[in-house]
Amino acid sequence: MANGVWIIAEQRDGALRKISFEIASTARKLADELGQQVCAVLLGSGIEGLAAELAKYGVDKVFVADDPALEPYTTDAHAAAAAKIIKENDPAILLLGASTQGRDLSARLVGKLATGMGTDCVDAKIVDGKLLLKRPMYAGKCFGEVTISSFPQMATLRPNVFPAVENPKAGEVVKFDPALDPAKLKTKVVEVQKDTSGKVDLTEANIIVSGGRGMKGPENYPLIEELAAVLGATVGASRAAVDAGWRPQSDQVGQTGKIVSPNLYIACGISGAIQHLAGMGSSKVIVAINKDPEAPIFAKADYGVVDDLFKVVPELTKACKELLA
Amino acid sequence: MRGRPIGALNEARIRKKEENVNIVACVKQVPDTEAQIKVKADGSGIEEGGIKWVMNPYDEYGVEEALRLKEKKGGEVTVVSLGPARVIETIRTALAMGADKGIHIQDAAFDNADAYTTALALAAAIKPLNADIIFCGQRAIDGDQGQVGAILADMLDIPHVAVVTKLEYTDGAIKATRPIEGAQILIEAKLPCLITAQKGLNEPRYASLPGIMKAKKKPVDVKNAASLGVTPSVNMKVVKFTPPPARAAGKIIGGDDPALKAKELARLLREEAKVI
Ligand SMILES: Cc1cc2nc3c(=O)[nH]c(=O)nc-3n(C[C@H](O)[C@H](O)[C@H](O)COP(=O)(O)OP(=O)(O)OC[C@H]3O[C@@H](n4cnc5c(N)ncnc54)[C@H](O)[C@@H]3O)c2cc1C
Ligand SMILES: Nc1ncnc2c1ncn2[C@@H]1O[C@H](COP(=O)(O)O)[C@@H](O)[C@H]1O
Repeated sequence: MANGVWIIAEQRDGALRKISFEIASTARKLADELGQQVCAVLLGSGIEGLAAELAKYGVDKVFVADDPALEPYTTDAHAAAAAKIIKENDPAILLLGASTQGRDLSARLVGKLATGMGTDCVDAKIVDGKLLLKRPMYAGKCFGEVTISSFPQMATLRPNVFPAVENPKAGEVVKFDPALDPAKLKTKVVEVQKDTSGKVDLTEANIIVSGGRGMKGPENYPLIEELAAVLGATVGASRAAVDAGWRPQSDQVGQTGKIVSPNLYIACGISGAIQHLAGMGSSKVIVAINKDPEAPIFAKADYGVVDDLFKVVPELTKACKELLA
Repeated sequence: MRGRPIGALNEARIRKKEENVNIVACVKQVPDTEAQIKVKADGSGIEEGGIKWVMNPYDEYGVEEALRLKEKKGGEVTVVSLGPARVIETIRTALAMGADKGIHIQDAAFDNADAYTTALALAAAIKPLNADIIFCGQRAIDGDQGQVGAILADMLDIPHVAVVTKLEYTDGAIKATRPIEGAQILIEAKLPCLITAQKGLNEPRYASLPGIMKAKKKPVDVKNAASLGVTPSVNMKVVKFTPPPARAAGKIIGGDDPALKAKELARLLREEAKVI
């Protein structure tokens, strides 16, 4: 009988990512409802020391595979290692983060474990002993409540939605041999180009300041970059700004860009096309700055300023700087 | 053929293999991004009336990349789609763009198929094609699952690289660029392999009028669960659809002075909304 709530922790360059604590805390909550244990899978090279950090967020047992072939992350090595330990232990629930790595690994695991998964969930609870998930569909134009009738019941959790709660447990370390077959490892990371700006990814940002066609040109983005700097925010963009070549593709928010849910989303010079609204509509608080009072973005906004963004944004930067000083 | 030395035959075969890439592109039909999504009153699904159906935008990048590869190296592009009768239009669109043939998997048994079952059906249809490279979209914009490509690759026991924005094809391997949080990584994978396409990979072409005419005559093979030898096993179910939570009416900050409005906004964000 499948038993236990498992997570696959995510580490990069020897540090656990924040999403790992979010999934650990959620796993703890679900496991307490079920009266079961929380186990984490930790994969990499020279990472055993991270187990103690997972314990802090409610993990009872950490299964560690320490192997040079697991560093850096490749799908085939991590999926093979994770599938092996999961199959041996038959958990009831398996959670990963809906980060780029978690999405990649989890999907491959659905294949290896022949099960079902809810992607990018915003809620997870136990109803009648089974996992009930809630996830946005159609980029948030509607939501689906999802159940999974096979084991493990898999889910990826959207970053920044589930709280990380300290709840120290034993975190007993169990080492296992991932038994990787070199002939089966067919991908290799040949280069990593780091973004040196240190900017938090849009999908993980607490605050986003986005600029659209109303910004008029790439030369004006420093205006919102300054506001973002004061707020500790990440800069985003509408597709119009990206397609015009003003901003990189990775900045695009919306149905065919990043689907985001920050605490605060400030849209500057963005009309609020349905594809844009879909991608940011679940932000906790939405602010629109637009000179057109009829712009559809105002229908979604909690706070709106109808005015020229070139006048409002610098003043907002100044006001925030004073408030936060 | 008989009488030619074995070595020469092998050489010819190898040469053919090098120059002709066998390519598959998976395409899903989805509601247009403009579509308003209305949930049925009983929460059992979405209202499909009035929806305009289009090729999943990410699959367009996959088809385009498949065509460019064919144009460069020679070979054949097969498009595969699972879905009801209307899906033939999306297959024809890909054929009109330049794909050579189609496979339409159509069977009521696959209604409400989850990602695993979809991949099972696609794998059964694709396996006999011995593809060198398979393209999927990084996610379908209806269910937003982003699962099928990776599961399909796993079932075919080939590597995959997900969310690819740049692809280089060299004989026997590919190099793919994939953005992750705060970095771009370059991954090398041996062929055969599967790529899931992301915006930025290329600019998809439109179907030309002659292309549309030609597409009508291109072969489309129709398959069902029995002819594929697949038993659907749907494990992931959407038990209830709900509309997004309603947002309370917002506040428009009035006044004429941009500086005062900005100040008031900052105050509200701090004191009322408590988000800064
Ligand atoms: C298949 C498909 C997928 C798409 N996916 C996405 C997506 O993922 N994300 C996305 O964003 N879009 C997407 N779009 C595009 C979308 O339909 C819109 O075209 C786009 O969002 C418009 O961007 P915008 O709001 O910046 O520009 P516009 O619609 O041109 O709006 C500019 C706004 O700026 C305001 N403005 C101008 N000057 C000023 C000023 N000085 N001060 C204040 N306000 C000013 C104007 O009043 C206007 O409201 C998609 C489209 C398609 C067809
Ligand atoms: N019914 C389908 N028919 C053909 N391809 C599909 C189908 N469903 C998913 N795919 C492919 O898998 C990708 C990811 O889909 P999904 O996992 O549903 O987000 C899509 O972009 C398609 O390339």
